[in-house]
Amino acid sequence: METLASATELRAFLHGLPGVDQVGAEERAARLATRSIKTSAKAQAIDLAITMVDLTTLEGADTPGKVRALCAKGMRPDPGDPDVPQVAAICVYPDMVPTAVEALQGSGIGVASVATAFPSGRAPMEAKLADTRAAVEAGATEIDMVIDRGAFLAGDYLKVYEEIVATKEACAGAANDGHGAHLKVIFETGELVTYDNVRRASWLAMRAGADFIKTSTGKVSPAATLPVTLVMLEAVRDFRDQTGRMVGVKPAGGIRTTKDAIKYLVLVNETAGPDWLTPEWFRLGASSLLNDLLMQRRKLATGVYSGPDYFTLD
Amino acid sequence: MSERSERSERLAVRKTYKLFIGGAFPRSESGRSYVVNDGKGTFLANASQASRKDVRDAVVAARKAFGGWAGRTPYNRGQILYRIAEMLEGRRAQFVEELRAAGLAKAAANAEVDAAIDRWVWYAGWADKLGAVGGSANPVAGPFFNFSTPEPTGVVGIVAPDSPLLGLVSVVAPAIVSGNTCVVIASEPSPLPSITFAEVLATSDLPGGVVNVLTGRRDELAPWLAAHMDVNAIDLAGVARDRVRTLEEAAAENLKRVLRPGVTDWSAEPGTGRMTAFLETKTVWHPVGV
Repeated sequence: METLASATELRAFLHGLPGVDQVGAEERAARLATRSIKTSAKAQAIDLAITMVDLTTLEGADTPGKVRALCAKGMRPDPGDPDVPQVAAICVYPDMVPTAVEALQGSGIGVASVATAFPSGRAPMEAKLADTRAAVEAGATEIDMVIDRGAFLAGDYLKVYEEIVATKEACAGAANDGHGAHLKVIFETGELVTYDNVRRASWLAMRAGADFIKTSTGKVSPAATLPVTLVMLEAVRDFRDQTGRMVGVKPAGGIRTTKDAIKYLVLVNETAGPDWLTPEWFRLGASSLLNDLLMQRRKLATGVYSGPDYFTLD
Repeated sequence: MSERSERSERLAVRKTYKLFIGGAFPRSESGRSYVVNDGKGTFLANASQASRKDVRDAVVAARKAFGGWAGRTPYNRGQILYRIAEMLEGRRAQFVEELRAAGLAKAAANAEVDAAIDRWVWYAGWADKLGAVGGSANPVAGPFFNFSTPEPTGVVGIVAPDSPLLGLVSVVAPAIVSGNTCVVIASEPSPLPSITFAEVLATSDLPGGVVNVLTGRRDELAPWLAAHMDVNAIDLAGVARDRVRTLEEAAAENLKRVLRPGVTDWSAEPGTGRMTAFLETKTVWHPVGV
């Protein structure tokens, strides 16, 4: 793993990975999704899911005010209930990082920044690295990079590999007490077409040093799906078995309801194992999901169905 | 004789009565159903027995439909309601048959269907008149135009009375004519006409989710509807007297508008009360000369 990859070695390795049984993966994901999680287990799952949320705003119309409001929500999701846990991180565009860092000071919530010409990844390498360095210097603790899907689909795996390695180096800046920012690698699985490609991309990113692998940008449909996440969870499990290094997983995009979130938690537990059931190793990239989690939480607490009028719009 | 016995007898294709949520006809999430008998106690059909989660889904559908329905011009809502009356007329024979199965005599069933269609048309006519009747231009001591306009309340929960067709249209029409959307818990003993009525709604340009019909146990469903924080008003027309109080208490949590049961004779002149019960008043001050 430590040795520098050559194009042929990398290609041989990735194409040597066993193929994914498409029907089997979809069937397995669908079956796990039927698990019934109720009452106290549901309450625990909801709180766990809240702590795993990367509360996200990635709009062209983002303003500093909106980012501050989102940060306030991340720190205290339900102002009426201090027992609600904090979210894991706030995910913003690089230019919003200083605003988020200031708003979140002392809260322990991470600031994640997308980088490398998100969401398309179509920019010169220098621009991508400058994008990353700027975010890290501004205080981002996590960087969500996108891979070059064009290069990946064209079979130029080495280019993708080197980009990840270079971005990883850019993350290890002086910021964050020299620890460097965590690197999440976004595959945009909706554009990778096959599960085999998802598996290859997972191994490629993990070998290149990714701390997290992430399904999608949320800008392309389909975004995160259960079978895709299953394939990625299998990859991180197998990767730890082989190398001893643990890599996190983050499905993002299209996860809107508590039911969806709980399906992902079941999938994590049954595929990668309970070691991954912490915000350190599993995240949910979402924006509207948090409100639904809060509504369900209040339903459990009060016994009556709640409505969106009682939670902040964002 | 022998020729007849050789031919296999044709099996009737019987209707599966399901729920009506968001413009679709799903079965209950719980998979339950209950037996509906006719007036003499003979089996008629199995109706879906909705659960609290169907209530939740119906409220979500109603909330989603609210903005679009309230945003239509009153004239357009009137057109759509009138279209529903046309469809009702076209299914007259089916409704007469279902009402007879529910225990009405032939003449009474005919009269009830007539009355139901006429009632619906009457309410359809109110769509573009409510603004004039319920609103006003107010004289104020200052350089302002001041006017009040009626606005729909939002999502209305309706516990329908046992009058299976006339009672149903008499509570649904006044709720939706002003732009509200509704979740209806159908009559428990005779739910079948309400599902056939939902088929009428589904084929009349009424946007999905404006009316949602649930069949099942009133005592099980009504408390969830009354306590739901995303329901803005509740019509308790079909609730037994001794249950009203607890439902009103549950409804008070988010200050729902509550319409208590009162009507017993659904053929009587309805008046505008049921429409104005689910209206809010918006008052606008506009400076003169700007």
